[in-house]
Amino acid sequence: MIGKDILFRLSVRSVRLHLLRSILAALGIVIGVVAIAAMGMMGANMTLSVTEDLSKMANILVVRAYTGGGGGFIGPGGGGSRVVGSSQASDEEMITEDQFRDIDRIAGSYGTVYYVYTQSDTIEIGDRRGRATIIGLDPDVVPEILELADGEYPKSTTSVVIGPRLVDRFALKLGSKLDIGDPDEGTTTTVRVVGILPERGMTLDLNTDSAIIGSDKLYTGIYGGEGEYDQVTIAVDNLDEVATVKEEILAQLNRKEEEVTVQDSSRILESITSTLSTMTSFVMAIAGISLMVAAVSIFNVMMMSVTERVREIGILRSIGTQKSDVRRMFLYEASILGLVGGGIGAVMSLVIGYMVVLGMVGTTEFFFAGESLWYIPFAMAVGITICIISGVYPAWQASNLDPIEALRAE
Amino acid sequence: MQVSQRPVIVLDRVTKVYPLPAGDVVALNNISLTINEGEFVTIMGPSGSGKSTLLNQIGCLDVPTSGDLSLNGRDVRAMNDRELTDLRLTTIGYIFQKFNLIPLLTAYENVEYPYLMKHRKNDDTGHVRRLLSQVGIDEALATHKPPELSGGQQQRVAIARALVNDPAILLCDEPTGNLDSQTGIQIMEVLAGLHRRGRTIIMVTHERDIAAYAERTITIRDGRVA
Repeated sequence: MIGKDILFRLSVRSVRLHLLRSILAALGIVIGVVAIAAMGMMGANMTLSVTEDLSKMANILVVRAYTGGGGGFIGPGGGGSRVVGSSQASDEEMITEDQFRDIDRIAGSYGTVYYVYTQSDTIEIGDRRGRATIIGLDPDVVPEILELADGEYPKSTTSVVIGPRLVDRFALKLGSKLDIGDPDEGTTTTVRVVGILPERGMTLDLNTDSAIIGSDKLYTGIYGGEGEYDQVTIAVDNLDEVATVKEEILAQLNRKEEEVTVQDSSRILESITSTLSTMTSFVMAIAGISLMVAAVSIFNVMMMSVTERVREIGILRSIGTQKSDVRRMFLYEASILGLVGGGIGAVMSLVIGYMVVLGMVGTTEFFFAGESLWYIPFAMAVGITICIISGVYPAWQASNLDPIEALRAE
Repeated sequence: MQVSQRPVIVLDRVTKVYPLPAGDVVALNNISLTINEGEFVTIMGPSGSGKSTLLNQIGCLDVPTSGDLSLNGRDVRAMNDRELTDLRLTTIGYIFQKFNLIPLLTAYENVEYPYLMKHRKNDDTGHVRRLLSQVGIDEALATHKPPELSGGQQQRVAIARALVNDPAILLCDEPTGNLDSQTGIQIMEVLAGLHRRGRTIIMVTHERDIAAYAERTITIRDGRVA
C-alpha cells in the first residue's frame, strides 16, 4: 500500500539520490540504537544473572549488628569490615558473644549457625603485594559450609584456604606461603595455603573468590577483637522455615531495643535489582545522548533536503499537492532514514550486545531471554521515533513554503 | 472554434498589493475581465506589467487583495488553502516556461502524479498513456526522467500532465520561452489543437507571433488592462 504511494517513491528516490549523506545520517541512528540496546541488555543480563545467583542463596540469613541506618550491604568485605590496624573497632557495632549464643540457641535446631570475622588487608607473596579479604571462621564449621576444589581444610592456625581469584592473580598453589599485613606498618603473619576453593560468584553469606579463609584463632591473633563478630550466618535446612527463623531472631534480640538486623536474599535481591536498574537507566541515558546527536544530524540532513528541493516543492504545490501531502513526503524521508538506521542498528545490537554481555557480565546464559532481547525493539523504536520527530520541523517548513516563491528558486 | 457565452473566469475590480518596507507595490490595479468557456486568450505586456501576477491569481497560487475572482462560478477569495490546492489539482492545468517537471519521476510518473493526487489510485484506464501519445511521447520516452529529455519533449510531457485531470482552464506561462522557434511552433500546434477541441486556454507571452495563435489578446500595462 505504502509502496504504491508516489510520495513514498519520491522520498525513496530522494534518499537514494543523496546516498552517502543519507547513510551517514542513518549511521548516527545505528550507533544510538546499538548503544541503547547493548547497555539495556547488559543491565538485564546482570540482573538476571544476579537473581539466579541469589535465588540459590534463598536459605541464607545474615545477622549483623544494628547500626541505626542502612547497615551493611553485600556480605563480608563490604560495610562490615573494620579499619586495618585497629585492634578494637570503636566506630562500628559488632555482634557480641552473648548475641551469638542467643542466635545459636534460637536457630541452631533449624540449621547451621556460624560467626564470621572479616576484613580487608594487605597481603604479600614474595615481593608482590595486593589486597585480599581475610575471613576468620570456626574451623569445625568450615567443612560444613565450604567445598574444596583442591587440597584440604585448614587444621592449624597457620594454614588457610584461598579463593580462585587469588590463585590466578598471584600464581599461588597448594603449599605456597603468603604474608598477611602491611610490612611497612609492623608485623605480618605468614600462613600456608592448604586448600583452594572453587569459584562461587556473588553470594549472600561469604564472598570467597578473593578471600583468605583461616581459623578464628588465626584471625583474632592478627586483629584481636575476640568475641566481636562482623556477622552471624544461618544456613537454614528447610526453605519454608527461613521466615520463621528470621522473625524469631528479630523478636527475641530486638525485644528491648534494635540490636540486630537480619538480611535474607529477597531483601538483598531487591536492593541489588534496584541498584542495577538505576545504573542501567543511567548508562542508557548516556547512550541516549548519542541518539540526540544522531537526531541533530537527521534534522540537518532533512533541512538540507528541504532547501535543495524548494523548487520541487513549489512545483508539487502549484499542480495541486496539499500541504499535508508535502509534510508526509518529508516525514517518509525521515522514517526511511530511521527504519534503515534502526534496522541495521537492531541487527548489530544482537552482535555487539552479545559481546558486551559476554565481556561485562561474563555469561551469555540469559542473553536470549525476553527481558534481555526486549531492548532491541525498544532501542529501535526509540531510534525511529527520534528520526521522525527530527523530520517534523523540516516537513512543516517545506509544506508552508509559498508556492510562488518556491517556484522562483533555482 | 465554438465559443459559448458561459463565463469560466470572471475578475471584478481585482487589485493585488504587495506590502514592502519601502512602500506598497500595486501589481494589479482594478482589473475587470471575463473569459468564456472555450476561449483562447493571450495576455501580453512588458515585463513588470503584472501579467504573471494576473496569471497567479487566476491559477489560484495567490489570492487578490481586493475585488472578486470567480472560477467556474466559485468565489476564489472565500477559499482556504486546502480548497485552493484542490482547485489547482482539478480545475486548472498549469504549463510553465521552465517545464517544471519533477526530476525524480519518469515522464510517465510526472503525468500520472496529478491523477494519483486526485483519485488516490494508479491510472489503470490507459488515460496517461493516451495523453502522452497525443502529445507525441512514445512508451520508450515515457520511461525517461526529465533531465534525459529535450526541452520540447519536456514541454510535451508538461502539457500532458496539465491535461490529465481534464481541467476547465489551461494556463500557459510563456510556454515557448525556453524553446527554439521550430520546437516552439510544434508546441503551439499542440495547444491550438487542444483549443480546437474546446479547451479554455489563457497564455502569457511577449512574442507577437506566438500571441497570434490566440483569438483574443489582453494587454496589461502598469497593472491595468490597456
